[in-house]
Amino acid sequence: MSESIKTDVVIVGAGPVGLFAVFELGLLDIRAHVIDILDKPGGQCAELYPEKPIYDIPGLPVVTGQELTDNLLQQVAPFQPTFHYNEMVEELRREDDGFVLRTNGGITFHTKVVVIAAGGGSFQPKKPPIAGIEDYESRSVFYAVRKMEAFRGRHVLIVGGGDSALDWTLNLQPVAERVTLLHRRDDFRAAPDSVHKMRALAELGAIDLVIGQVAELKGTDGALEGVTVKTSDGGEKAIACDAMLPFFGLTMKLGPLANWGIHLEQNLIPVDTERFETSEPGIYAIGDINTYPGKLKLILSGFHEAALMAQAAARHINPERRIVFQYTTSSTSLQKKLGVG
Amino acid sequence: MPQIKFSDSTGQVRSVEADVGSTVMEAAIRNAIPEIEAECGGACSCATCHVYVDEAWTEQVGGPSPMEEDMLDFAFEVKPTSRLSCQIKVTPALDGLLVHTPSRQG
Repeated sequence: MSESIKTDVVIVGAGPVGLFAVFELGLLDIRAHVIDILDKPGGQCAELYPEKPIYDIPGLPVVTGQELTDNLLQQVAPFQPTFHYNEMVEELRREDDGFVLRTNGGITFHTKVVVIAAGGGSFQPKKPPIAGIEDYESRSVFYAVRKMEAFRGRHVLIVGGGDSALDWTLNLQPVAERVTLLHRRDDFRAAPDSVHKMRALAELGAIDLVIGQVAELKGTDGALEGVTVKTSDGGEKAIACDAMLPFFGLTMKLGPLANWGIHLEQNLIPVDTERFETSEPGIYAIGDINTYPGKLKLILSGFHEAALMAQAAARHINPERRIVFQYTTSSTSLQKKLGVG
Repeated sequence: MPQIKFSDSTGQVRSVEADVGSTVMEAAIRNAIPEIEAECGGACSCATCHVYVDEAWTEQVGGPSPMEEDMLDFAFEVKPTSRLSCQIKVTPALDGLLVHTPSRQG
């Protein structure tokens, strides 16, 4: 798939601050495209603590991560942002009077302004700290299933006890030559229905269920031949397999943005506190990803940064434009944009 | 104030003070203890503050809750002494607690 989109602004990151940037830009008549590596909006609020209460959002004595996300989505709805989920920005470079931005899913954006609201970086699969595992990656060890057909006829070892591990055990069982599910304990936190189906397959002998943890990989030149598993009673067990799928959840990594030519300090992006612009004019950074004297990694700080950034971005997009400061309580033109006028 | 000792994967031990009622993870972050990441900030949702409680302390500290046990599935090289340090509340009885940190959180 390759798609080309021309726009005024691309926001990288659909967390609370990226979402509020849609609002502030929208008030200035700038429509945004928003890219996120996750399959849903909310960033850390939705991925790490959807059920946890947050107590320091002004005006909301208590709100959960998911509620805050839902509220923000409702708040930005009038501005009709276009969301691109499951996409990671791989490349960002300057062109003419703007930027070209390319995602791993093959979407190319031509944009005048880029807003990086990437929080702690991109969520990426956790990689088990097994010696030499890098040598097997992309040939025998995979952290996601892109095409099930790639596993046809293979001996697949799936590691983990959550929904990803169970779902892929069930999905790959008819395709693979043999599926072995390995988990550290005989207790699974995945959806009960999936666990039930998995146990039925194990009883039928259609899959192998092993309780233990991977200790060592065996193979040559990236071709996996098997693993040694440490069982809970301290013993060892050999499992033959030519593909391994570890599912240990997600972690935040800075990812490709380190290669975009933006000045970084200790994995954060320094910005000025008037425009929240990076070392590259036209690229702004707001929320947890930026740094400046006195920076606090709070959602409320990110909201403030989004408001000031939007003013600067509007001027960057159209230097001739005269921006009149207005309140949503009284401005009929803002109310019209919000659909309440 | 109770003292908590962190022994890193090379065996170096760092001793820090911890407030009663705070968590072992908070004591680690406040004192920049290496090998504790605590990505989620203590919400029991990331398993990057994984520690091994020293054998001498396992009884006093106790085991993980079912929710914490689920989250430990996301940690690596989980042992019977594994805990998430954000779920260990500091009490006066834990003065002198020794925990070992893994070489990698993820």
